[in-house]
Amino acid sequence: MEKFLIAFVVGGAICVVGQILLDVFRLTPAHMTVTLVVVGAILGGLGLYEPLVKFAGAGATIPISSFGNSLVKGALAEAESTGLVGVLTGIFEVTSAGISSAIIFGFLASLLFKPKG
Amino acid sequence: MSNQKNNKLSAAQQEYQQFAKAREPKRPLLSNCFRAFIAGGIICSIGQFFQWFYMTYFNFTEITAGNPTAATMIILSALLTSLGVYDHLAQWAGAGTIVPVTGFANTITSAAIEHRSEGYVLGVGGNMFKIAGPVITFGVFSAFVVAIVKLVWQGLGGI
Repeated sequence: MEKFLIAFVVGGAICVVGQILLDVFRLTPAHMTVTLVVVGAILGGLGLYEPLVKFAGAGATIPISSFGNSLVKGALAEAESTGLVGVLTGIFEVTSAGISSAIIFGFLASLLFKPKG
Repeated sequence: MSNQKNNKLSAAQQEYQQFAKAREPKRPLLSNCFRAFIAGGIICSIGQFFQWFYMTYFNFTEITAGNPTAATMIILSALLTSLGVYDHLAQWAGAGTIVPVTGFANTITSAAIEHRSEGYVLGVGGNMFKIAGPVITFGVFSAFVVAIVKLVWQGLGGI
C-alpha cells in the first residue's frame, strides 16, 4: 500500500515541476514536455533514473520524463549486445509499446469519434 | 529573452508591453501547483495499480512492468479523450494531466480526431504527431547523444 503513496507523491512532484516550468518560466506545454524528456534522457544516461523507478514505481514510469530514460535504456542495452549500431536499432526497444499503442488507438479513435464542440 | 525582444521595439510599443503585462491576470501559482500535484499523483497511483496488477498476475518484474502499464494508461487516455472527458480534466489540472504519459496520448488522439475532416491520409495521418512530434524528436535525438557519449566514455575506460 505504501507503494501507492510513494507513486502518488513522486508522480505529483514531477507534475508540479512541470507546472512551475509552465507558470514561472512561461514555457508552452510543448517546450515543457520536451524539457522533461531531455532531462529524463540525461538522468537515464547518468544512471540516476533507474533507482527512482525502483523507488517510486509508476510514480517515475508514468511521467513523460521516463520516455527519455527508456529511449536511452533501450539504446544502451542493444549497444551492449550488437555494438555501436545497437544505438540505432535499440532506441525504440523499450518504448515501442507506448508509441505503437498511442498511434493505433489514436487512429481508431479518429475512425470512431467526431470532434466534440 | 523578452528583454532582447523589447530592445527592438519603439518607446510606445514598450509602454504598451508594460501596460499589457500589468493587466495580465496573475497566474495562481500555488493552487495550480496543488492541482497538478493531486491530478498527477492520482494518475500515477492508477498506473501503480496496473503495475501491481501486471506484476502479480502476469509475471512482469518491477522494471519490465512499466511497458504494459504505459500502454494501458494510453488506451484509457485515448478513450477518455474520445469521449471528451480528458480535456475537461486538463482544464482543471494543468500540468498534472500534461506531464503523465496519458497527456502524450491525449495530444495524439485529439489531433487525430480534430483533423479527420481533412481526410484520413493527409488529415489524420499527417497531423497526428503535430503536438506529440517534438517530444519524440527531441527525446530520440537527446537519447542518441546521451547513449553515444556514454559509450565513448565507457570505451575510454570511464565508469
